[in-house]
Order: sequence, then structure tokens, then C-alpha cells
Amino acid sequence: MLKRGYYGNFGGAFLPEILVATFDELEGVYNQARNDPLFWQDYEQLMSSYSCRPTPITDAQNLTRHFGGARIFIKREDLNHTGAHKANNVMGQGLLVKRMGKTRVIAETGAGQHGVATATMAARFGFDCTIYMGEVDVERQRPNVFWMEQLGATVVPVTDGTRILKDAINEAFRDWVTNMDSTHYVLGTACGPHPFPEMVSWFQSIVGKEARRQMLEREGRLPSRVFACVGGGSNAMGIFSGFFDDDVELVGVEAAGRGLDSGEHASRLCSGDASVGVAQGYKTYFLQDGDGQMRETHSIAAGLDYVGVSPILSDLKEKGRVRFEGATDREVIEALRLTMKKEGVIPALESAHAFARAFKEAPGMSTDEIILINQSGRGDKDIFTIADAFDDPKWKQFIIAKAKQYHA
Amino acid sequence: MLETYIRSRLAEKKILLMTHIVIGYPTLEASLEIVRSMVEAGVDLMELQIPFSEPIADGPVILKANQAALANGVTVDQCLDFGRRVARQFPIPFLYMTYYNILFKHGVDRFADGMQAAGLQGAIVPDLPPEEATDYLDAMGRNELSPIFIYSPTTSDARMNTIARVAAGFVYCVARKGVTGDQTEFSQQIGDYLGRCRAATHLPLALGFGVKDKADVDFLAGKADIAVIGSQTLRVVENHGVEAMANFIRQIVN
Ligand SMILES: Cc1ncc(COP(=O)(O)O)c(C=O)c1O
Repeated sequence: MLKRGYYGNFGGAFLPEILVATFDELEGVYNQARNDPLFWQDYEQLMSSYSCRPTPITDAQNLTRHFGGARIFIKREDLNHTGAHKANNVMGQGLLVKRMGKTRVIAETGAGQHGVATATMAARFGFDCTIYMGEVDVERQRPNVFWMEQLGATVVPVTDGTRILKDAINEAFRDWVTNMDSTHYVLGTACGPHPFPEMVSWFQSIVGKEARRQMLEREGRLPSRVFACVGGGSNAMGIFSGFFDDDVELVGVEAAGRGLDSGEHASRLCSGDASVGVAQGYKTYFLQDGDGQMRETHSIAAGLDYVGVSPILSDLKEKGRVRFEGATDREVIEALRLTMKKEGVIPALESAHAFARAFKEAPGMSTDEIILINQSGRGDKDIFTIADAFDDPKWKQFIIAKAKQYHA
Repeated sequence: MLETYIRSRLAEKKILLMTHIVIGYPTLEASLEIVRSMVEAGVDLMELQIPFSEPIADGPVILKANQAALANGVTVDQCLDFGRRVARQFPIPFLYMTYYNILFKHGVDRFADGMQAAGLQGAIVPDLPPEEATDYLDAMGRNELSPIFIYSPTTSDARMNTIARVAAGFVYCVARKGVTGDQTEFSQQIGDYLGRCRAATHLPLALGFGVKDKADVDFLAGKADIAVIGSQTLRVVENHGVEAMANFIRQIVN
């Protein structure tokens, strides 16, 4: 029997028997789409009319001047409809759902970005939609829950396990094994059983294709380093894939939370705390204990707060093609504050991890080098978390007054 | 060998009963008492679930039991000790049921060698399809242990045949789509499905997912060789305590 979807030692499809036929169908329709040049054209057309593709590249001259090293450019995935790169994957899978003739979609979400994107896609294509979201994330990303519900989705808070992203994925799988005839599971990142890592990376490769072309058009050359934050790895795979064949250093930035030696982080590839395992249908580095039980993770960014990571990135790490670094909660808040003040752009807390690391490296680079940062999403959704982190007194007053109104 | 045992039991009764427990739920001591009362009441074989933090194929009842056992601090080593103890103490075959990461982290060879030394008979690993099972099949085969594989209503005839070539002991047929613990309707459809399973393998067939009482087991007699009761035994313990187990089983077996 054939093993499928391996990248070096990582990946695979560790599926319960009941789902094997569903994955065969998905793989079939995905391969068909991939071999059909018209599909990619349709996809680009959809993304240019329903979202803001191609997203621009911003020359961050003020940040460049501030650090006095490499020139800093930002790929603006925050300008997608719904405010993150998640839209790329979701609309692509939506087209496949239509091809399969299914009528319902389900998804997990951490930050809520993938959930909101899925809810818009479902509304647009006329699918029923259920979103699974850990109870902890429901609390820290309340505005996105509001939007998902307004868009017509049912949001199910997941109260099992650690009540964050991985637990939402488990619940989505449990729904899927019951309802696969009508339902497609729109997995939100480049993880999970084959073909998800490859398929999600393919849809996200639109980011890297554009970015490479834009850098050449604008500057006549490629960046020397590209930075992307890594949750499950989809925005990183997206932008990196544009530069795999070039002499460009690729840097994935994970959540170092309260510090890599604090035990409270979500760094699978840049810390010594993770080891290879098999869970949620695939083999990769997981933050787990010696018995193979998954550990609690922590990040200020809900979208990076995950125990596993794309098997493709695990392989690229072992091959030395991508370097992995961590950024702490504190560094991320500082980077976010600086980016807003200097450039007037508002990165998501997830994306701000890539900024934080780039800011560490930029001053040590020469002024004729170029850095490209993937701004995977916009920070408006994080207003509650960011306001808390900034400890903003006026915001607190506003919330207290607002709460009083509701009591009245 | 497991299959031989099953066949000899089937010479005496029409359908065998396999029950499921989660080791360490509600406590390790209670698990031992549950095994004792199940065996004494006439269960023919048992699956012992080693708890895992991400039990993706399990429904709410077994999921909660996994989490509670882990929250109690149950370790894989304790589970393996438990398996050794019950296999030595009670005269029926015991299988492990767990997710692949538990074997993988322990070392698949070491896991199988340990099972053999402890007197376990086989294992059910629901997230390990044959495609990914090369190491596992080697280790189980070398130790003459039974790798129990799974059929589902969505499994094609061709795939059933392929799975039959690597399975041993018996084949576990899940009754329906969905996770453990939900309601199953025992109807003609299940009979047809089991007929399809029967045509694909010479191994005995177990049927599980949603089997909860004597009526369900009686329905399966003559269609399957083993009825599997999982979530329902946990519910009995939760609602009526460990003391209620012996009666629950006796009333099904008689
Ligand atoms: C804005 C943003 N960036 C990054 C991520 C992390 O996901 P990935 O690593 O798949 O890009 C998320 C996930 O929710 C997100 O919302």
C-alpha cells in the first residue's frame, strides 16, 4: 500500500478508516484542479474581484531609517478581504467544495481569522457553515465571533482539552466523520493529513508568486531575507514558496511566548521542547511530553498557539532551507507599537512576530540588502488583547462605560 | 493465538462480548475492579484504552474519560503495568486500544515486545491505517500479536480485501459514520454491511459503535462474531458506580 504526502520524514495521512474514502475524493478533486490551468486562472480572478489581489508591497522607509540597516518591505496580506491571508486558502477550498457538490463547510479557528474567512466564503457560495473555536479563543477574539455569527455561521465553543486551536481541530474532525457526505472540512493551515499541507500551501503560493514578481518589478532584485510568522505554517509556506529556488534566506518566526526557557510558548521548530510525533492525522514536530501527550502551549497570538506545525516546514528545517526563530510576547508588542507609529500599518499579533524578528536582524545587515516581511493579517481584530497589553487607560474607561450602558 | 481462542468460544456461544475501558478512569484502582467484575460476569475479551490527549475518533463519553485519566496523572508506564497485571490475573484475552502517537513515542518495537512479555494479545490503533503501519505490522508479526484493523461502511470492497491481508485476530467493523458513543440504529442495513465485511475476510468480525444493551447484542448474534460495548460501560460506571457493572454485563450475557 502506498504511503502518501511525505516530505522527508514528515507528513503522511494517519486517518481513521471512516475518513479514508473522503480523503480519496478530496485528493482526487485537488489533483484535478492542480492539473487544470483554468482552475488557477479562475482562482486568481476570484481573488482579484472578491479580495484585494494582488496585495501590494509597501516600502517601509521610516522603519528602514529607524533601524539604519537593510531596507524593509512589507507584503500586505492584511489588505485581503477579512484582513488576512486566510482568505486565499478558504476561497480556493471553496472552489473545490463546489466541484465536489457538497453543501456544508466546517472549520476550526484560533484567532478567528480563518473562521471569519470561511464564513464569508460560505455566505458567498451558499454553503451552511459551522465553526469550531476553543473556549479560550472565543473569549480573546470576541469581535471575530460576532462577525462569524452575523455572516450566518454557527460558532461552537470547544470546551474539551486545552480549549484552544488543537481542540477545535479535533472537534471539527469529529463533526466530519459523521457528516462527510454533505460536508467539507476547510482546514485553515498547512497541517493535517495529506493532501491538506500540500493543498493549503498551493493556494497560499499566490502570495509568494506575487511577492517575487513585485520585488523584481520594483527593485530589480530579490530580498536577501524573507520573514514570516509560523502558526500552522500556511502564510510562511505561501510567501516562502516564491523563493525556494532563489538565493534568499527564509526565516520562520514562532511564538516564544513568555520565553523559550519558560515552558510557556508555542515554538516547535526553534526550541528544544518539541519532538517528532503523530497526531491530528500527520507526523511532525509536536510540543508533547515523553509519553506523547500534547502539552499546553502559550502565545499572545491565538493564531500561533498550536502544538504542531506544517510537516513541510519540519522537513525544510531538517534540510536547512528555512531558519526558525522565536519572538516573545513582549518583543511582539514592542514591534507592533513601533510599526504603527512609524508606518501607520497595524499588523495582527501573529504577523507582528515576523516584524519583531526582522527588527532584530535589520540593523546588522547592510543598507543595500532588502528584507521582506509578510504581514499575514491586520491587527484590528486584536483590539482587546492589544489594548490590554498596552494597558490603555482610555480604552478601559470606554469598556467600563459601555458595560454600564448594557446594565442599564 | 487470538483467532483460535475466538473460534473455540464461538463453538460454545453464538456471539462473544468485548468490552472497552479507559485505563485510569475513574481511577487505576476502579479500573481494576471494573475489569474484575466484567470478567467474572462473563465478558469474553477486553480492550484497554491507554488514554491520549487527542482522541480524534472518540465521542464525548470516551473523550472525557481520556481527559479525566490524564488529569489524574495516569502515565503510559502505569497503563502498561496495568495491562501486565490484568493479563496475568484474568483468563481472557486483553488488547490495547490507543492512538498511534503512544506507540510511536514509546517505540513501536519496544511497545510490541512489551505486550508480548506482558501477555497481551493484540492492539487496536484507530488512527493507523495499513498504509502507515509497516513498522507496526513488523513488530506485531514478530511477536505473534494480532494487529486489529478496522472496516467502516465507507470502506470499499477492494479496500476491505487489502486490509484483510494484513489484519489478524479479528476485524473491527464500525457500525456507522461518526464517533464512539452516538446512537446506532440496528437495522437491515447493518446486516447487509456485515455481509459485505464477511465476504472480504475469513477473520471473525467484531461490531462496535453504539452497541449498548442486550437487544443490540441479540440483534447482532448470527451476523457478527463479537459485539463491542464501549461508551455504555462508562455510562454505567458514571451513573450507577462500579458495583453496577457485574449486573449490567450478566444481564447481556444471559
Ligand atoms: C493573521 C494571521 N497570521 C498568521 C496566522 C498563523 O497561521 P499560519 O501559520 O497558518 O499562517 C494566523 C492564524 O490564525 C492569522 O490569523
